[in-house]
Amino acid sequence: MRINLAGVFVDDQQKALRFYTETLGFQVKHNIPLGEYAWITVVSAEDPEGTEFLLEPDAHPAVRPFLKAIVADGIPSTSFAVDDAQAEYERLVEKGVRFVQSPTDLGTVVTAIFDDTCGNLIQIMEEKPQP
Amino acid sequence: MDVYRAIADPTRRAILDELVDRSGQSLFEICARLTMKHGINSSRQAIAQHLDVLEAAGLIRTRRVGRSKHHWFVGGPLKAIAERWPISTDERGFER
Repeated sequence: MRINLAGVFVDDQQKALRFYTETLGFQVKHNIPLGEYAWITVVSAEDPEGTEFLLEPDAHPAVRPFLKAIVADGIPSTSFAVDDAQAEYERLVEKGVRFVQSPTDLGTVVTAIFDDTCGNLIQIMEEKPQP
Repeated sequence: MDVYRAIADPTRRAILDELVDRSGQSLFEICARLTMKHGINSSRQAIAQHLDVLEAAGLIRTRRVGRSKHHWFVGGPLKAIAERWPISTDERGFER
């Protein structure tokens, strides 16, 4: 068994596609229209054959109350790996991304959290080299 | 809730330490800092209750930032301690 797909619920798939590609820099892997919605996945340019990230519509009535509650407590929907959290933070701030947590050294990792504008908080995490 | 009881608990003191390090944190960030920096693995619910105690004592305030609730340290109530037991200049005489 392999993990080939992960994702988040988004309030607007086209807006999410723009944010995850133009702002974050991921690449479109699939964009298959399915009636009202589409099957949209993106991949990392650093790992185009790697895990696909699904931008799934938040149409189910349970999704928005769930996201509202976890966002209120600052809980991110998922986490992406970065080599340098501070550099990534500065790159994204430059592009207008709103961070709710600036890079924070937690000992073994440095994390930061931003708003994906589509209903989610997203964490970036740099693993520090172990002495 | 009086300030003495609020700061009597080591987890609550660690929460204040972290909010002094960076004011304006979500519950998630506070829990992450307590786990990673202090080895405190209490549940989110338990930490939320500690935050309620600190807020009732006036030592933290909360405000919405976007769609998230963030917490700020407020040191004012701690002044009552120094006013009640001022550091006397006389006590230097006992250090010999």
